[in-house]
Amino acid sequence: MTMRPLLRILGAALVGAALIAVLSMKLNAFRDYQIAEIAVDVTAVAGLTVLTGLSGQISLGNGAFMAIGAYTTALLLLHLGWPFIAVLVIAAIVTAAAGAIVGVAAARLHGPYLAGATLMLGVALPSLANADQGIFGGDQGLNVVYSAPGFLGVNFPLTRWQAWVCSAVAIVVLVLLANLARSRVGRNWRAVRDDEVAAALAGVNVARARVLAFVVSATCAGMAGALLAVITGLVAPGAFTITLSIALLTAVVIGGLGSLSGAIWGSLVIVLLPTYATDVATSHGLSTTVASNIPVAAYGVVLILVMLIFPQGIQGGVLWLPRRFGISTAPARQPVSTEPHEKEGTE
Amino acid sequence: MKRSHRLRVPAIAVVATAALAVAACSSGSSTSSASGSGSSPAASSSVSASGSSSAPLTASAPGITATTITIGSHQPLTGPAAPGYSEIAPASAAYFAYVNANGGVYGRTIQYKYLDDAYNPTQTASVVRQLVLQDNVYSIFNGLGTPTHLAVESFLNAQKVPDVFVASGCDCWNQPTADPDTFGWQLDYIREGKILGQYVAKHFAGKKIGYFYQDDEFGMDGVKGLDDEIPKSMVVARQTYVPTNTNVGPAVAALRASGAQVVLSFSIPAFTALLKLNSLKLGFSPTLVVSNVGSDPITLSGLLESFAKQGGATVNGNQLTAGIITDGYLPTLGDTSNSWIALFKKIHDQYDAKAPFDGNVLYGEAVAYTFVQAMLKAGRNPTRADLVSAIDAGLPQGPAVAPYAYASTSHDGVTGAYIGTIGNGVLTQQGPVYTTDASATGAVTTYTGAEEQAPASGIPAP
Repeated sequence: MTMRPLLRILGAALVGAALIAVLSMKLNAFRDYQIAEIAVDVTAVAGLTVLTGLSGQISLGNGAFMAIGAYTTALLLLHLGWPFIAVLVIAAIVTAAAGAIVGVAAARLHGPYLAGATLMLGVALPSLANADQGIFGGDQGLNVVYSAPGFLGVNFPLTRWQAWVCSAVAIVVLVLLANLARSRVGRNWRAVRDDEVAAALAGVNVARARVLAFVVSATCAGMAGALLAVITGLVAPGAFTITLSIALLTAVVIGGLGSLSGAIWGSLVIVLLPTYATDVATSHGLSTTVASNIPVAAYGVVLILVMLIFPQGIQGGVLWLPRRFGISTAPARQPVSTEPHEKEGTE
Repeated sequence: MKRSHRLRVPAIAVVATAALAVAACSSGSSTSSASGSGSSPAASSSVSASGSSSAPLTASAPGITATTITIGSHQPLTGPAAPGYSEIAPASAAYFAYVNANGGVYGRTIQYKYLDDAYNPTQTASVVRQLVLQDNVYSIFNGLGTPTHLAVESFLNAQKVPDVFVASGCDCWNQPTADPDTFGWQLDYIREGKILGQYVAKHFAGKKIGYFYQDDEFGMDGVKGLDDEIPKSMVVARQTYVPTNTNVGPAVAALRASGAQVVLSFSIPAFTALLKLNSLKLGFSPTLVVSNVGSDPITLSGLLESFAKQGGATVNGNQLTAGIITDGYLPTLGDTSNSWIALFKKIHDQYDAKAPFDGNVLYGEAVAYTFVQAMLKAGRNPTRADLVSAIDAGLPQGPAVAPYAYASTSHDGVTGAYIGTIGNGVLTQQGPVYTTDASATGAVTTYTGAEEQAPASGIPAP
């Protein structure tokens, strides 16, 4: 029994990796870039969905943690020229430290106060890049050069390599988070989320559990930031506005709060929907003013529809549909995802 | 069955409110329409005076077929930079529609696909890769913004995609060795700073001068040019702003406290308006000298009125812009006798009538004209490299008031401008056109060459 969930998680990861490998070779170079973008978002959204869905805290500042990871990456690549894997680890450690500092403060706050404090972080931190232009490059940002390794040959498409690197990181993060969510740590988070007093009485160190969740979430965001830096080739404050933090939270809610599979759905929506909506809008001959606002409107409509039809997010809908049509629900009893309502089970 | 509704409800509420807020503030105030952007098929190729060669039209490069040239761009159609700037691409599309309806470029129609990047470099990176890798555009044309375009400059050069006429006056596009495929177009901010600086040093000698500028390459290039011409002793205050922070009150208060009698502003339109309104609030009324990009009277007047309205006040935009000194490198809009203004007004009225005929529209049409000049020079069946070498060999002057700097050693565009003042919502030229170079020592000289007249057909000669 103890082995089976782990095997299933690893199996899902392998299937995912194989699927991405095939897709990245079949699709064109831009689709490869989109796969990389989706993987970046999955990494960040997965961290946030664990924080919000499992430990019950909210963060409107994860875009700022992405900025920390991205700037760390840019500075290390620019000045020290380390290999990316080492840079990624350092970026994760730096953002984990930042997450711990914010987490200590956040552990004392609840609901709107926590949202407000993290919102401030998300708004203020990227502006620090303007404070020391010599180091951070101000509004112009820092250029990041990252190419595919030589052994793949000179004609290997860079975007395919980017898709592979980002997807590999995203899959490792998902596997680790899925295991963490099933471990004692995950149980403690859920206990704290559902009833702090009861959790404390049961011997859970509430403050430590909450800080740890923040650290995990910030680390994921930091790694996502590092990936974003190398795929876009530029780290600038304009990339880490509050809109990014809100987009991450939107992806969490659209995908399904607390669900790692939901993190994938949510990331698919926030990356693919704007491109698709723009194509539809421009191909129907709408005026520029209308067409350019269609993606923003589509975003809102999808959010409202998902909330109305599947309050548990897309992943909730995915689990609900087979049941609705009387298909066996056996796998849903203990899904790969960490749906909170699936876990608590009995009434 | 216990569920976590407790947290979900506030989380949803937060996201929904935030999404609404983002949607509400992202709509550009522009009312332009791309009625001309859907290409009208080329009726005939006879007008395009190619004459000399009758070689069949081939798919000579990515994005070029026997009948079409597909080009792309990234533009801020939504978000903070959209007001005003979102009119530029539809205006370019209008000029291309006019060319397409009159024979096209050697019989090919120009298909212009511009995508919204909301002035966010991450989105710029994404949409430009879409245009190059998926839509296979021949060239990226007039990509707007310094931080945004910097995100794709090295990608485009690595892909050997012509990156022509970037919509930003940053001197960073002029790197013929490192980035051979990238070309600027408008007067760069260093030259502009020198021209404005020389004027101020001469006409306001002995006055106290304050700088107000955007804290990035745009503002700093401008200040570099100003400092070349204005003695350091005259400058009593240097205040900056960042485009993400609209609170310029403290900066304006510091300018006032310094006793500045002339304020030189390298700012985008929204921040020129904020500077003006904050000065008004503090009873501070220096002579304003504003860089070209931040001084379009129509855009400025609209912004002043809408910002004041948000703050619960009513102002007359045209009254507030009166007296602003600026510079221009395209003919003034009010000069209806100018052949270029007449041509672009005619095309605007036919293909882009919903947009106001302002500085942004003029800019969009003029830069599109330059692109057609370059394409005609690149030949009947051009490769991507042909376009780059055509521009490297220099382009005739066109609508700008001074010649281009284009050469294999310089990828800067327009080299000069005139000084003008705004009165009654209209810019009027004062005195001659000045030209200079981008170096610290190069003198600012009066331009004596003749200005070119617009061709009667409205389409450049090949």
